[in-house]
Amino acid sequence: MTLVPLTILVPLVAAGLLAASRPLASRLLADVIALGAAVAVLVMCAILTHRASHGEIVYWWGAWRPHGGVSLGISFAFDSLGAGFATFAAALMVAALVFSWRFFETVDHLYHTVLLVFLAAMVGFCLSGDLFNMFVFFELMGVSAYVLAGFLIEHRSPLEGSLNFAITNSAGGVLVLFGIGLIYGRTGALNLAQIGQTLGHVHPDGLVVAGFALVVCGFLVKAAAVPFHFWLADAYAVAPTPVCILFAGAMSELGLLGVARVYWTSFAGVFGAHEGELRAVLVTVGIVTALAGALMTLGQHHLKRMLAFATVSYIGLFLVGVGLLSRDGLGGAAAYVVGDGLVKASLFVCVGILQHRCASVDEVDLHGRGRVLPIAGVLFGVGALAVAGLPPFGPFLGKALVEDAALGQPGYGWVPALMLIAAALSGGAILRAGARVFLGLGPRGEPDESSDEAREEAEPESEEPHDSTPWLMWVPALALMAAGLAWGLIPDLSHSIGAAAARFVDHAGYARAVLDGVLTTPGHVLAPHGASPGSYLYGVGAALGAVAVAALALIRDGERRLGPLMALRAPLQGLRRLHSGHVGDYVAWLTAGVTVIGGVFMIALI
Amino acid sequence: MNLFPFLVAVWLAAVGLYGVVTSRHFVHLVISLSVMQASTYVLLLAVGYRTGAKAPVFADIPARSRIVDPVVQALTLTDVVVEATVSALLLALAVQAHKRFGTVDPDELGALRG
Repeated sequence: MTLVPLTILVPLVAAGLLAASRPLASRLLADVIALGAAVAVLVMCAILTHRASHGEIVYWWGAWRPHGGVSLGISFAFDSLGAGFATFAAALMVAALVFSWRFFETVDHLYHTVLLVFLAAMVGFCLSGDLFNMFVFFELMGVSAYVLAGFLIEHRSPLEGSLNFAITNSAGGVLVLFGIGLIYGRTGALNLAQIGQTLGHVHPDGLVVAGFALVVCGFLVKAAAVPFHFWLADAYAVAPTPVCILFAGAMSELGLLGVARVYWTSFAGVFGAHEGELRAVLVTVGIVTALAGALMTLGQHHLKRMLAFATVSYIGLFLVGVGLLSRDGLGGAAAYVVGDGLVKASLFVCVGILQHRCASVDEVDLHGRGRVLPIAGVLFGVGALAVAGLPPFGPFLGKALVEDAALGQPGYGWVPALMLIAAALSGGAILRAGARVFLGLGPRGEPDESSDEAREEAEPESEEPHDSTPWLMWVPALALMAAGLAWGLIPDLSHSIGAAAARFVDHAGYARAVLDGVLTTPGHVLAPHGASPGSYLYGVGAALGAVAVAALALIRDGERRLGPLMALRAPLQGLRRLHSGHVGDYVAWLTAGVTVIGGVFMIALI
Repeated sequence: MNLFPFLVAVWLAAVGLYGVVTSRHFVHLVISLSVMQASTYVLLLAVGYRTGAKAPVFADIPARSRIVDPVVQALTLTDVVVEATVSALLLALAVQAHKRFGTVDPDELGALRG
């Protein structure tokens, strides 16, 4: 039990030490302290994940336990899914720190300090059992992320990206807090389990629905679901590449964890009768996000921006899994997040290596110049196919589980086909970029406006191309890809994730564990199956689709005759024009999204 | 229950939002965001308000007095701290924009598009 507070105290204290020692300490010391703290968090979270598989772990800060089923204190209450996510975030942090070691030639201690605060916030968000504390960690995560995104502030685009990111996400934070205020006004509780118990199973009224809608929309801003996603590409394209590993792998996904956590602990009872309507809304938002993100991926030449839009697309697919509101869907989404996060992190490291070597992150500019880095080329190609869903990689397993969950839900049989299209488009775009950069395939295109932008953005981190790549940069690339492959091969993974998800969705069991201190076993722990034979077809189909998309995109002369991709051109250009880079537009979209989603909730859930 | 403070909260959120969406100046933008965030303070304090109740400070009132909800006041205070951090960061970015690129208009920075 003493481990629980240490998971956030260790990184925070280490961050404080680093900030205090800034005038004296050397770069080496900063790297060692930060890495040591991250590894310590990783180990502690892994131990907690293992322990939590036997039942929820509840820790009351200052030992303010509930009396007679009423809680006044602040708790950390989590199951193996929440702790597992914290472990994953810590693992990505370790990879990012190892990669930063040689990526930055000079970097201030503040970089490590902010990274550690960011880690503490992510872990706190995963483990918190209190709605207001989730908000505080959410904001802490936000503030440290704004600093990291704008770390290379002497350049124009990081400054603008960070501002767009900060303003949009602060608006999201206001939504969450407004929702919390409404929920507190109704229930007088902030503890998630207590809110769930007070709301009970009565028919929901407008106040409850409004509070829920605001909290969900606020978390979806962080998750970057359409139409809240505009800030993401701006922030990820300008953030230092090691930071992108964390942003793309863990931060956005935490928004979805927030939605899932709040729904199952607090609102599953009150909205139980309207589950179908809620499912329809969330799955629709997920599918729209997946397709819009995939289309935008196809239109990018800036490699980091491309991976950022791919992130949006996969967020949509995770949201489908969560939005199915079933144990299998949630378990599938959890497996998918980790598998995809590992492979995508490896892709970002490859881009970082490329940038270190060639001083550019633009696909057109780099045409054929990646030949000097054959290993990165192989990793990039394999990674592109893996994120598209090629068996037996980690993303395949997660995608297969989500697809099976969708097929198991009456009326959602159409979902896997659209998931396949989204995965093939975004995987194909990444594959196209890889083929152009590492193999020199395709015509040498003239740089368009987006590549000018890329060159300008590439400048900050590495102005000089390097002659060789330090081995320390290869370690995270290879290790992350190997982990992504291994994730799909762990025997019984789908079983243990299914069991963890069963506990996560157990609304009554969570309340008993938190308020009464009694651990229960979720009733229906059937052995969930692994990937079904049909999903192998979907996986191979998506990978082949990705190859086809890449091939079509590379044959340029035939562009006019190639029907399928030409058909995408008009919507693609319209979609690109919406991404105006103007923060006022982003917030206007946010407002529109909240109005629509809130309105639909009001009609459907009351 | 008096509806007035809740209407004020919604009004603040709406005008703040309008300011953020239409702003052409970073400092104006940050202040608009603060106005938006101020709506949550009003909302929280209104939620915890009880007519005729005293402030929740027990130094000079009997322990069983009728008091307003201290929890929302703690939440508001926390929120003020969070908001101050965000505003400080954003203003620092605005200063950088002015110093390095000589503009405080979000449109003129325009490096990111599509």
